[in-house]
Amino acid sequence: MSEHGADQHGVHDLAPGDEELDGSGVAQGLRGYLLGLALAVGLTAASFYFAHSPLVWAPAVATALIVLAIAQMGVHLVFFLHITTGPDNTNNVLALAFGVLIVFLIMAGSLWIMANLSHHTPGMDQLMRMQR
Amino acid sequence: MTAAVSGGDPHRIGHSQGHGGAASGRGEGGPAPNRIVVGYGFWLFLLSDIVMFSGFFAAYAVLAGQTAGGPTGRQIFDLNTVALETACLLASSFTCGLAILAVGARMKLKFYAAMATTFVFGAVFLGLELHEFAGLIARGDGPQRSAFLSAFFALVGCHGLHVTAGLLWLLTMMAQVFAKGFRRDVLNRMLCFSLFWHALDIIWVALFTVVYLIGGAA
Repeated sequence: MSEHGADQHGVHDLAPGDEELDGSGVAQGLRGYLLGLALAVGLTAASFYFAHSPLVWAPAVATALIVLAIAQMGVHLVFFLHITTGPDNTNNVLALAFGVLIVFLIMAGSLWIMANLSHHTPGMDQLMRMQR
Repeated sequence: MTAAVSGGDPHRIGHSQGHGGAASGRGEGGPAPNRIVVGYGFWLFLLSDIVMFSGFFAAYAVLAGQTAGGPTGRQIFDLNTVALETACLLASSFTCGLAILAVGARMKLKFYAAMATTFVFGAVFLGLELHEFAGLIARGDGPQRSAFLSAFFALVGCHGLHVTAGLLWLLTMMAQVFAKGFRRDVLNRMLCFSLFWHALDIIWVALFTVVYLIGGAA
């Protein structure tokens, strides 16, 4: 879909989701989507398999699943949303990086502060005992 | 000292002389084309939507253990249904990509076929999710049962609402291509729709991992 957004100088940005195809456009695009689909199916199958598998040490399952999920999100971003590291995608990548930062702050911050609060708050049974 | 620097603008905004800077985005050559403005703006909306979802995810992660004597995730989640939902959404993401390829090649019939397939997969996903919700509520495990179930229904329901909106949008896009053809503004809307649909699949990846697989194991 390179006919969109190309300016006369050849140096240009790409809208997120647009893909720069050279040569046989449709066949090349189809190859990208098929590769993305295959990778995503593989990662999803691995996630469902490792969730209840004796192959992974039980306390490490959550970490393994999160790693697989992040990998699959990367596959979706590259093969379906066509976010690349090319110079025509700088703005898209920077916006994504900022979004990821905010998501990380909200998730990690919430979990941290709530775990801390719950650690320092006496439980209901303790409160009952203190009232006696 | 070159003329550009003495002019006070080291980036020479608006004065692209083809000086070979690989990085663009400094306003060279005037305002960006309409498609980039539309696509980038929608990309920012999607990222802020994902930030909103992260709030629901954080609430779920904090409240996942607060079952108030009610059922835990392990007791109510049916991973076979979730696997089927995941397959449907992934397949619909793929066919949405095929629709974009059909748009690029201006092939109307293939576009309709790909969009209709996307709609069917999305509708099946939504049906499975509603069936799961209805079963939980019928057993008295609705959102009012415990903090865990409140967070669960809020997070998964919010994603379901997005899918519903996406399905309506999908039908709108088919109608617009039918009525207006592959016009430039219709193409821009298709770009936004495909971004939206793929982003929903990305959120679902996080959702089935955090809610169903990790939450179901705890």
